[in-house]
Amino acid sequence: MPPTPRLRRLPAAAVVAGAAYVTLTLAGPLATAQSGDYTPVTAERLRNPEPHNWLMYRRTYNGWGYSPLDQINRDNVGRLTPVWTFSTGVLEGHEAPPVVNDGRMFVTTPQNQVFALDAATGDLLWRYQPELPFELFQLHPTNRGVALYGDRVYIGTVDARVIALDARTGDVLWEQAVQEWSNGYYITLAPLVADGKVMVGVSGGELGIRGFVVALNANTGEEAWKTYTIPAPDEPGGDTWPGDTWQRGGASVWATATYDPDLNQTYWGVGNPGPWLGDQRPGDNLYTNSVLALDATTGEVVGHHQYHWNGSWDWDEIDPPLVIDIERAGRMRRALIHPGRNGYLWTLERGPNGIGFIEAQPFVYQNAFTSIDPETGRPSYDPAHTPRTGEVISFCPSLSGGKNWPPAAFNPQTRLLYIPANENLCSEFTSIEYEYDPPRPYMGARGRLFIREGAEDEPIGELQAWNVDTGERIWTREMPSQLWGPVLTTGGGLIFMGGTTDRYFRAFDAETSDELWSIRTNSGVVGVPTTFAVDGRQYVAVQSGFGVDAQRMQTGLDRFRGSAPTLVPHGGVIWVFALSE
Amino acid sequence: MTDAGRSASAHVPAGAPLGRRTLLKTAATASLAACVECARVRLDAAAGSSVQRPGAAPDGPQERDQFVFALGDRAGATITPDGLPLGGPQVFAWPRDPATGTVRDSSRLNQVILIRLDPATLNADTTERAADGIVAYSAVCPHTGCDVSDWLDASQTLLCPCHESEFDPAADARVVLGPARTRLASLALRIVDGALVSAGSFNGWVGPAPQV
Repeated sequence: MPPTPRLRRLPAAAVVAGAAYVTLTLAGPLATAQSGDYTPVTAERLRNPEPHNWLMYRRTYNGWGYSPLDQINRDNVGRLTPVWTFSTGVLEGHEAPPVVNDGRMFVTTPQNQVFALDAATGDLLWRYQPELPFELFQLHPTNRGVALYGDRVYIGTVDARVIALDARTGDVLWEQAVQEWSNGYYITLAPLVADGKVMVGVSGGELGIRGFVVALNANTGEEAWKTYTIPAPDEPGGDTWPGDTWQRGGASVWATATYDPDLNQTYWGVGNPGPWLGDQRPGDNLYTNSVLALDATTGEVVGHHQYHWNGSWDWDEIDPPLVIDIERAGRMRRALIHPGRNGYLWTLERGPNGIGFIEAQPFVYQNAFTSIDPETGRPSYDPAHTPRTGEVISFCPSLSGGKNWPPAAFNPQTRLLYIPANENLCSEFTSIEYEYDPPRPYMGARGRLFIREGAEDEPIGELQAWNVDTGERIWTREMPSQLWGPVLTTGGGLIFMGGTTDRYFRAFDAETSDELWSIRTNSGVVGVPTTFAVDGRQYVAVQSGFGVDAQRMQTGLDRFRGSAPTLVPHGGVIWVFALSE
Repeated sequence: MTDAGRSASAHVPAGAPLGRRTLLKTAATASLAACVECARVRLDAAAGSSVQRPGAAPDGPQERDQFVFALGDRAGATITPDGLPLGGPQVFAWPRDPATGTVRDSSRLNQVILIRLDPATLNADTTERAADGIVAYSAVCPHTGCDVSDWLDASQTLLCPCHESEFDPAADARVVLGPARTRLASLALRIVDGALVSAGSFNGWVGPAPQV
C-alpha cells in the first residue's frame, strides 16, 4: 500500500536564501527501498559520463545530444515499444529532457514541477511542486530541465529562483532568487553545473530586462559571480548602447550553455535586444544576438562573436554553439557551430583568447542579410527587410527563425550535424506604441506570421544534415508540418525527433534520413529526447506536451491561412521506450 | 573584461502585489544580501496567497468605481466616455474608489481594458453590460496571465501578444483563436452624470486558473 502523502516543510536551518515553497512530496512505492541508493554526480562524471547515463541537458558539455548506446539501432528500431508512461498533470510546453543517473530519472514540467522516477519501471519516487506567485504571468510557461551535481537536483523557476533539491527525497536544500519576476525576469533553462558552480541565465528579452548569467555555489546557493550580458557604459562594449537603453535592453539567456573544460570556457547564447526595432537603440547593442565565452571560474568575458548587430527581427541567438573539433583545409580546428535563428549556420573557432570567425552560410531562405564579411563574419543588411519604427516591414525567416531553441545534434560517427529547421516562413513587423513598465511587454512591434509568397504549398519543417568538416548540406528531410523537435542521435546510427503537429515521435537513419520507426503520442512532442540504459537494457525517453512557442506558431499559421484552429492537444506525458522482448 | 556590469541591479520586495510601477521602475543598487531579504519577504506573502486568488481579490473593481488611465501621458487621469477612441484600440485602466479616491492598483489582476465600439456591433449580452458602446474586460489573459495589450484593427479584436489568443470584445470577449480556453472576465459599465463607472465587479475568474 502506498504511503500517505505527506506535507513537508523546509527546516528552518536549511533556509539559506529564504523564499517560499510548499512541497507535496508524494513518495511512491520504491521511495523507501531506494532512498539511500543514489550515485553522487561528480565533476569527473559530468565531464566523462558513463555511456548508460544522461546526466545533463544535452548529455555532454559539448552539446552534441549524442549517446554512444547502440543496443537500439537501425536494424532493430522497428521493434521499439512503450515500456511505461507517466502523466504530468499539467498543460503547456513540456520541453525538458528526462535526465537519468544510474536508473533515477529526473524530469521537469511547466509550473516547475520535478518528478523523480525509477527510470526502468516508471515508479514515482518523489514529486516537487513550488508555489508560484499568484500574480505571475508566463510568457514562456515551460522549463527545460534539471542539472545534477553531488546528491542534488537543481532547477530554475519561472519566478526567477534557483532551487536545490535533495536527489533522494525532493526536499528543498536551498533556494535563491536571482532577480525579481515582477521586473520581467524569469528562468526556463536547465542550469549548467561546471567548476563546482550552478549557472543560470535569465529570460525576459521582451520585458525590458538587463540580461545576465549568474553562478551560484552548488553547496550553498551563494553567488560566486554574475556577468551581465549588456555591458555598463564604462565597460568594453558599453558604447554600443545609446543613453540609458542598456539598462533594459534585453539580452536574455534561456538555453543551457555548452562548456569546454580544457579551456574552462562556457559558451552562452544571448537573446535579442529590446525593444524589437533597432532604430530605437542605434548601435551594435553588445552582447545581444551573440555567443559569449565566459570563464567558468570567474565569469570573465573571454570573448564573444555577435551573429547580427542591432537586431530588429526578434532573432534570439540563445542556442549555444556545439563544441566540435572539425577538419578544414587539412587541419583540425577547435570549432563552435551554431545553426542560428537568423537562418545562417555559423562556424566559429574557440581558443584561449576568445572566439574567431570561420564561415557562415544560410540554411533557410533569408532576405535580411546582403552579405557576410569573410574576415569578421559581420553581416550587412537590406533596409527593405530591416524593421523600423513607423513602418510595416517583412523579413524571412520569421521571428521564430530558421531554427528556434530546439537543439540540433551532432553524431561523431556520421560527422553530421542535424538541424531542426523551418523553411519558407516569414514575419511582418508593425511598430506599435509601448512604454517601459515591467512586467508589461516591452517590444514596440507586433508580428504577423506568413508563408513566403509562392511557397504556400511547400514544406515548412525540415530536418537537415550538414557535414561539419566540409560545410556541405548532405540531405534534407521534409516534415509534414512546421518543426519544433529537439534532436537526439545515437551510436546505433539513429536520430530521434518529434516536433510536428501530428503528434508523432520518429526515428530516422542517421546516414540516410530514412524514417525507420514512429509512434503517435498524446500531444505534440517538443521535449528533448534522451537515451539511457538500466541493467543492460537501453531505453529512449521523451516528453510529449505541446505548447509555448510551438503553439504560438500554429496559431499564427491558422490566422494566416484563415483556417479553423488546428487542435494539437495539450497535456504532458513522459514516454519511455525499449525494444520489445 | 574584469567586472562586467556587476554594479547595477534592481530588486523589489518579492511577493508584494504589483500595482503601480513607480516602485518597480526604481533601479536600486541592491546587493545579493538585499535580494536574500527580498526572498524572505516572499515567504510571508506567498503563505497568504492561496486565499488571494484573482476574481475574488477584495480590492478589485467595485460598483460605482471610476476609471483612470494606467499608461501613457495621461496615467492617473480620469477616463471619460469621450476619451475613448471609437473602434479601439483598448485602453488600460485602473478602477478608482470614488469615495476615497483610492486607485485600486494593488494587483495587476485588477487591471481593466476599456474599448469603445459601435453599439450596433455588440451581441445581446455585451450590449447589456455596455454603456454607450463602451465595454470593459479584465486585462489579464486567462491563458498564462499576460496583458491583453494588442489590437487587431481589421477584425476589431483583442490580441494577447504572448501566445496570440484573440478575443472578440463585441461578443463577451469570447475566444476567436489561440490557446486561451475561456473568455476574458467582463465588467458591466454605466454612465452616471456623464461619468463612466463600473456597475459591479468582474463576472468571472481573472487570470489563468492554477494548474497544480
